Parts: sequence; structure tokens; C-alpha cells
Amino acid sequence: MTSLAPSEPRTAPVRSEGTRARRGMLRRRTALIGWLFLVPLMVVNLAVVLAPSLQAIWYSFTDWSGIGDAAFIGIDNYTRMLSDQGFLSALWHNLQWTAISLVVPTFLGLLGAFLLSRVRRGAVVFRLVYFIPYTVASVVSAAAWRTLLSPTEGFGAVFGLNFLGSPQLALPSVALVNTWAFWGFLVVVYLSAMQAVNPALYEAASLDGAGPVRQFVSITIPNIRPTLVFMTMQSIIWSFLAFDFVYILTNGGPAGATEVLSTYMYRTAFSGLEAGYASAIGIVLASISGVIVAAYHILRKSRGWDA
Amino acid sequence: MNARRLANGQRPTGFWGMVVLVVLFAFALGPIVLFALSSLKSRAELATNPFGLPSEWRFSNFLDAWTQAGMGMGLLNSAILVGGTVALVIVIAGLAAYALARLEVPGRGAVLTYLLVIGALPIQLFLVPLFYLATRTGLYDTYLGVILIYVAVFSPFATLLLRAFLIGIPKELEEAARIDGAGELRIAARIILPNALPGILTVALVTALSAYNEFLLAVTFLQSPDRMPVSTTFFAFQTGYSQDTTLAAAAGVIMLLPMLLLFLLLQRRFVEGLASTGMSS
Repeated sequence: MTSLAPSEPRTAPVRSEGTRARRGMLRRRTALIGWLFLVPLMVVNLAVVLAPSLQAIWYSFTDWSGIGDAAFIGIDNYTRMLSDQGFLSALWHNLQWTAISLVVPTFLGLLGAFLLSRVRRGAVVFRLVYFIPYTVASVVSAAAWRTLLSPTEGFGAVFGLNFLGSPQLALPSVALVNTWAFWGFLVVVYLSAMQAVNPALYEAASLDGAGPVRQFVSITIPNIRPTLVFMTMQSIIWSFLAFDFVYILTNGGPAGATEVLSTYMYRTAFSGLEAGYASAIGIVLASISGVIVAAYHILRKSRGWDA
Repeated sequence: MNARRLANGQRPTGFWGMVVLVVLFAFALGPIVLFALSSLKSRAELATNPFGLPSEWRFSNFLDAWTQAGMGMGLLNSAILVGGTVALVIVIAGLAAYALARLEVPGRGAVLTYLLVIGALPIQLFLVPLFYLATRTGLYDTYLGVILIYVAVFSPFATLLLRAFLIGIPKELEEAARIDGAGELRIAARIILPNALPGILTVALVTALSAYNEFLLAVTFLQSPDRMPVSTTFFAFQTGYSQDTTLAAAAGVIMLLPMLLLFLLLQRRFVEGLASTGMSS
């Protein structure tokens, strides 16, 4: 219709004005519909996540059992942590857990992915099988490993060790179960990053006589660095939030040898009925994640890494 | 190009590389296979023969586990929780993703940032106040309470993933329909929805698996045995009075099977969807 406009110069401006008004109305209507579409998501998240998160900040400054009124006590909950042996040993266990969950799964993930990236046939099957543990529920993985490590019926009997019952072995054993559950996830992520590396780089390296190990160090690692750094950050965050396997396999025992911050918080809130103090521990956990994310972004910016 | 090279310019994995891959294969699958085998043994046999094939395949373990652990009730409850969660997540995240991808909503950037931050908040941050909020509002120990919590926790990621799918649908399809006089609702239903189905399916699968396997929230917010999902039903049985390892294994296999079959059936979609959960930011 607009092509007819030149032959009807008198009506053209009127029409375009009308269209503009209609377009403005349409835009307002689209904006309104858009916000209506967002309302359910925002309401649910506000009620379930944001509001209790803000409450947690308030409760962390109070003495509160969970029922009745919360009494404001300033930063007492936070200063209490500094001398609370239960908290400090849980934090120490989280650090050990982080060390294990950084080294072992990353090593297995990179190894599996690098070898799979060079497999001619069957890589899909290996990738699938490596990924299966990640899809198994933590309760089931825990039960499988409990049987496997059992001092009467499993490897515990073979080696004469009580993996989950000894204060020295329990924490590494539970962390190993956690490793088993998610290293295959890392294989999938690293493999897809490796497949995006420019093949010409490997060809050039081969011509220069570089072997697989040399290629891995000089080509693969630098080229998947954004993914590697990102997953390392994720692994650290997940390590500080670890809950399921500890709660299910040892429930913090024996004698607190596997207590981590999440299980300690849980016990403090629901067995110790100290919801105020538990909220403060929750704030510390969230802050640790926040600091790690912030450090990651600063590092990424300053080094110019592109994830 | 050398014939011995792969398309990606690398030399193929050699013999020792294959050995390592097979060892990793055994590491991944071994515990599950041994667990399944122990579910078919008698208690006496498990102690003497923990790693071999059962001398007599005791399928009766599964019947005993089913009744003693209350797995039927657990699976039914899980079906209710997972079904409710998936349905609500698809509707709520679908609407939001549509608005964020296809409509010109003012403040879109702020909403996206909000979703990224909310999605990254650890459950531990809000668990304790949420627990007491749930008891005060009467949502503690109810299906609805847990479904709402799951929806809130899973929907930010689902929205971002669905939005990525919706952005990928060419605008031309939509414009062609608009020129033909189709309204917004018709466009959403006839053009966008069919094209977004693969994305919706991926989100549904990832959400279903996450809800089915979820433990921390289920153990905190559901207490009555007749409302507990299969994860906490199984946990209660495993740590309960019986302590029968073979029956616990049978119950574990019962819990594992539905999702394992679904995973093997639709593995490509699962792997892609789940791999992106860790990469969402």
C-alpha cells in the first residue's frame, strides 16, 4: 500500500501518523503482555528464593531458635564462628574436600576427554558411559559405594580397611564417591571444548615433531583454558556446598571427621535449633561462592580470557 | 593429510590410551554393575562372594524390597512431584522465556541479570528461613510446598535455556505470519511453540531428572512416609532398621531404573542439556 503514497500526497501524512499512534499502542501492549508473562516466574522466585535469602541476612544477626521472636545480637554469630571448633573443623574439611575435588576429577576429566578426542570409533559410547554416574541419584550412588566399601562385604574386607568408619579415611572416601559422581560430566564438557580447537594447530605441531603429551600441554590446555578455568571455579563452589554424600554416607561422622559446612549448618538449624546461627553459616557459604565468582571474573578480565 | 591422522589433525589414541579409556569405563560402570549384582544375591552370598555373579539369581529380593521399603508409594509420590514440577516449570519458564526472547519488554537486561544471580544462589543461603516460612504457611510436608520450591529453584536456568532456543527461531517465520494477519497468541501457539519443542523437551528432561534425584530439599520439606518421594523413601529404608544390604541394593535398582532407561533412550538431549547446566553463565 505504501507504494501508492506518492500519488496521494494529501493522505499520506495522516496515515503515517495513525500508524505511529497504533504502533506506540502496540508497543505498550507488547510490553504489558511481556511483563504479564514474567510475573509468575518473578513471584515464585521472590517468594521462595529472594525473600528467604534477605531474611537470612537479618536472622544471621539474631539469636533465634526458629520459633518465636528473633533477638538482635549484632555480629555475635559471626564472631562466634571464629572460636567455634565445630565450624572451624567443618571449614577445614571443606578445604580438604575442595583439594580432592579439584585434583582428581579434573585429572580424570582432562585425561578422558583428551584420549576420547583422538578416538576414531566408539567415542560416543565411552562418553555416554562416563556420563552415567552424573545422572544417578546421590542416594543410589551412595548406597552402591557403601556396599562397595563395606568392611564386611566389599573392598573394605579385601583391604582390611573400614573406609567410611575410620576418622582418617572417611573424608577422602566420601570425596572419592563425589569424584566418581561428577568426573564424567567434566569429560563431556572438556571434550566439547577440545573438539572446538582448530585442527591446523595440531597438524603444525605434529610437523614440528611434538608428541601427544607436548601437544596436550602446548595446544589443548591453552585453547580450552576458558572452559578449564570456568569449571575449576564451579568445582570449588560445589565443593564448599557439598552436602548429599556426607549426609547420606556418614552424616558427618565418625566423631565429626567428615562434617562439612553444609551438614554443620543443617545440624545447627534443625537439631540444635539455632536458626540464627545457622543462617549466619548460610551467609558465609553464599559469601564464599560470591568471592569465588568475583575472583573468577576479575581474573578473566585482567587476563583477557573469553569464556 | 596423513591417512593416520584424524579429522582434527591429531594422531589417534594408541594401545595404552585405549587401555586407560577402558579402565575409566570400568570405573564409571563398575560400581553400578556390582550394585545391581548384589541386589540379586542372598545376604550370606554377598559376604562370601561380593564381586562375582550370583550363584542363584534371587529376583525375590525385588519383591521384598518393593513391599518392605514402600517403593511403590515412593515412586508414585515422585511421579506427582516430578510431574507437577515439570509442568509448572515449562509453563512459567516458557512464558518468561518467550517474553525475554520475542517481546520488547522494558527492563529485559535487569530481569536476565536477576535470573543469573538468583539461579546461582546456593540453597544453603535460604534453606533455614524457607523452612520456617513453609511451616508458618502450612506448606511444610505438602506436595505443593515442595513443587513450588522445585519450580523456584529450577526455573531460572530453564528460562535462560529456553530463551536461547527461542532466540534461535528465525524472526522471518513470525513476520510472515503477522503479515497474514495472525495475532500474538496464534503466532505463539502455531509458529513459536512447534519450533521450540526440542528446547522444551530438553528442559523437561533436565528438570525431571533433577527433581527425581533431588535429596536436600526433599529430606527437609517432606516428613510423612506417605508423601515422601522415592529418594527419601529409599534413604529411610537404607539407613533404617533392616540394614539388609541386598534388599537396599534391590530398592536402589528400583529407584535407578526408570531414569536410567529414560536417559539411555534420550541420551543426546540429556547430555547436551545437563552439560549446559554447568555452563549456564
